[in-house]
Amino acid sequence: MSVLLDAIKAFLGTDAGCDDRCQYPSSTMFCSVPRVKFADAAKAMKKVHALLVAEWAADETPFNRGFGIYACYRWGAEYLIVKTEAPFDDPAFPTLTKKFLPAYRFERQIKSLMGVTAAGHPDSRPWIKFEDWPEDAWPLRKSFDASKPMPRVYGKYKFVKAEGEGVYEIPVGPVHAGIIEPGHFRFQAVGEDILNLEERLGYVHKGIEKKFESLAWKDGSRLAGRVSGDTTAAHSLGYCMALESMTGCRVPERAQWMRALFLERERIANHLGDLGAICNDAAFAFMLYQMSRLREIMLRTNHKLFGHRFMMDRIIPGGVAVDIDANGKEIILAELKKIAKEFNRLVTIYDQNSSLEDRVRDAGILVPDKARRLCQVGIVARASGLNLDCRTQNPFPPYDRIKVNVPVLISGDVHARAWVRVEEVRESIRIIREILNTLPSGGILSDVGDPAPDTYGFSAVEGWRGEIIYWLQSGPKGEINRCMVRDPSSVNWLGLEQAVLGNIVPDFPLCNKSFNQSYSGNDL
Amino acid sequence: MIRILKQIFRTGIVTEPLLPEVDAEIQEVGARLKEAVGKRFSRSLTIRQVDAGSCNGCELEIHAINNPIYNCERFGIHFTASPRFADMLLVTGPVTRNMEIALRRTYNATPHPKLVVAVGDCGCNGGIFGESYASIGGINKVIPVDVVIPGCPPTPAAILNGILRAVGNR
Repeated sequence: MSVLLDAIKAFLGTDAGCDDRCQYPSSTMFCSVPRVKFADAAKAMKKVHALLVAEWAADETPFNRGFGIYACYRWGAEYLIVKTEAPFDDPAFPTLTKKFLPAYRFERQIKSLMGVTAAGHPDSRPWIKFEDWPEDAWPLRKSFDASKPMPRVYGKYKFVKAEGEGVYEIPVGPVHAGIIEPGHFRFQAVGEDILNLEERLGYVHKGIEKKFESLAWKDGSRLAGRVSGDTTAAHSLGYCMALESMTGCRVPERAQWMRALFLERERIANHLGDLGAICNDAAFAFMLYQMSRLREIMLRTNHKLFGHRFMMDRIIPGGVAVDIDANGKEIILAELKKIAKEFNRLVTIYDQNSSLEDRVRDAGILVPDKARRLCQVGIVARASGLNLDCRTQNPFPPYDRIKVNVPVLISGDVHARAWVRVEEVRESIRIIREILNTLPSGGILSDVGDPAPDTYGFSAVEGWRGEIIYWLQSGPKGEINRCMVRDPSSVNWLGLEQAVLGNIVPDFPLCNKSFNQSYSGNDL
Repeated sequence: MIRILKQIFRTGIVTEPLLPEVDAEIQEVGARLKEAVGKRFSRSLTIRQVDAGSCNGCELEIHAINNPIYNCERFGIHFTASPRFADMLLVTGPVTRNMEIALRRTYNATPHPKLVVAVGDCGCNGGIFGESYASIGGINKVIPVDVVIPGCPPTPAAILNGILRAVGNR
């Protein structure tokens, strides 16, 4: 019945304790394994071609347990969370990096922020945690006092070194040339060709996951909406859905459709901005100005109808904060008509511009096989032949009643990632029209209680970048014990590192822009 | 090519005028901004934007003042890649611990006299992220700030207005 659960049972037998005692929503499967079998479970998952979604740790000392280590796998619509426990005085677990590449970053992060070691991990350098943090500063542990500033200590970060005749290094950042977020990139190059790219992120680490633990359940959606400012609707929806699954709250139907409306509008606005920016990085500024004009039109409509240009804090636990009336519908329909017409005209120009084509085709290729091994999600995955979209495969309401056509390309280059965006803009415009035509009547907000102690909530939402995962755990008094956020960037940054290999350094901005990953969502 | 030209002519100049209430503000702010920039910065105010830990919301709105509708270049304002060429630093976000040194260095690399404008609620006082082990709080905890622009994120009109206040103060 369930591929993942069957696979793990067949491989581990009675070692796999499968219970759905307190994991919500009930469609998400949960299974606990002994610590020594943690990597074997990953092997079983690999055998059935599952993807690793996320890996994280939770400090469970308030329950008189040690650390909980969780790995979430996905196969089609199925999500399986595999849990193992590590005692407090021996915080270690077997690494999954050899089976699933994205575990590389997740496990470095677990080590850095929770102080739990992945035994056998090939890289002992910290991630997110900088070299000037005190060695024993593990902010996600319960014993850590997050309110005090941390002292600085001396330390050195060892970048990967490439040696050889003519090999040189280009360090870039954290303050970049454009108006973008901070991060550090280090290129090893010969002539113009990139031999290796090493990312070092963590500059915008604001302690978001720790901050969640000091908030009341209802206030969490506000913080979630600021995990990544351009994905505010999708992130707050992810948080709300995870919380609602734990409390059994039934969101009014109208609110669900309104949420989808926000989600699709966010998608269009960001894709428009990205398409313009990609063309601008290929020295075609005309498109940047045209696209940003269309984007501005959308933001203004948002402001007029929903009171905020990015619709921050409009999705709240239990429903939505704003409604739409008949007049609002007309305004959106008229706006979409205008945007659709102009957009199609601009896409024709994009498509027929040969100098642009020269730059975007065959640049920054992420081949499907690599994309799969790196467990890529979202637009990056869809441009590299992976048909992944939570809206169709794991449809959260109202997508169970809306048909979504998912564009999938296989060339995996900058053009493919741009073209996926083009197709998605068109599709989202169609979806919004459908939403407005079938918007059910009724209330927009219902009551959300607080979850029971020691329960888990989970949600997967398709944001404009890709699949966003929220995992919540309530403490012994019913408070937030842990909130794990996995932005699509956490895995897709790895894809960028691979995609630029063999390209020339001047093409990096173009490749980077076509991925357009979030720094804030990754660093948390 | 013909399509591009057609589209350009069809679009025309979309720069404000806009909604009457915003329009009045922008026109007025714009005119004064242009005058101040003209007088004090020889008609060219160069800005280096620094993200010291924001969620990216403020960056999107700073991008927006560059779009053809707000078109800040008509007031003599443009963005530069290097702090060495900048008259003004436009800083966003609560300063994260990991960005503190980079922000200080960027500030030190900017020649005197320099203006610092903190953008967004986080830039003013740390906003929702507050002060913690990872977040130092408002920009003024790290470098001297001339003007703050509150809002989460502030609208493009508010950002232009804040830049004007900074330029006018000097």
